[in-house]
Amino acid sequence: MKAKIIVTPKKAVVDPQGKTVQNALEQMGYRGIRAVHVGKYLEIELDGTDGEAVRRQLDQAAHDFLSNPIIEDYRLEME
Amino acid sequence: MNFAVLQFPASNCDQDCVHAVRVLGHSASLLWHKETFLGGADAVIIPGGFSYGDYLRTGAIARFSPVMQAVQGFAAEGGLVLGICNGFQILCEAGLLPGALVRNRDLQFHCEQVFLKTANLDTPFTSRIPAHKILKIPIAHGEGCYYADPGTLEALFSRRQVLWQYCDIQGALTDNANPNGSLMNIAGICNERRNVAGLMPHPDRACECILGSADGRFIFESMIAALQSPAAPRH
Repeated sequence: MKAKIIVTPKKAVVDPQGKTVQNALEQMGYRGIRAVHVGKYLEIELDGTDGEAVRRQLDQAAHDFLSNPIIEDYRLEME
Repeated sequence: MNFAVLQFPASNCDQDCVHAVRVLGHSASLLWHKETFLGGADAVIIPGGFSYGDYLRTGAIARFSPVMQAVQGFAAEGGLVLGICNGFQILCEAGLLPGALVRNRDLQFHCEQVFLKTANLDTPFTSRIPAHKILKIPIAHGEGCYYADPGTLEALFSRRQVLWQYCDIQGALTDNANPNGSLMNIAGICNERRNVAGLMPHPDRACECILGSADGRFIFESMIAALQSPAAPRH
């Protein structure tokens, strides 16, 4: 089993990295970019088969530790 | 008074803090992050640096250190805890202070002298700062932009938990004087109980005139005065 956690800055938090990447893309000639958000991607390899129990645990870990809910949102995907 | 200065892997201002406390005529001992007791310290300083390589987020790993569990208990009993720079980031991650520190708005690491206005003189960290005194203290950080949601920010001001704000040399809270994009120019705050404080500037690097400023002394002297007052909690 594998879990994927995608952490992104909350919309209300200024994201200078995203803005800088957006500016660079525009300088390269890319058009129509509304916004860029730079976040983090974590891939967690897991033992076990009880997907639902593992998901609950990881959801807690993502909320308490892997992301900071004050400034970040996260999305958890299991595969 | 005896200050415990915490030492995490990649702390790099621990010796600066010990030196500052000794310059002020008090004692300081380094406390490794694996320790579970504070050794009878009167107050705790969490120094600057890049604890645990800033992995994941600044301060995110350090808060799980055994020594931080001891600091949580010490703070719960009313003990004085000061977090400087990375120490401020650790205190926010540990939930001992509200809000978070994010990347500087210009993405640059700022290492320079800044000016600070003290917003509240009625705390154990500010009581010895002369009224209207503009402090000159250096910063050295890449992630010092203070953020809190609007409700938290409003509560910080209404409960007078904002201690220091970036200002110009005249004391005006301008955007130009804000080195990192912190909301409301916030440089340092305390908790509601007023026994835990954090700030991004380094008072530890400003305790002797030869370093360009001795204004950092006011902050440590405030803590010492609070510890020496008869009302101070005994640990």
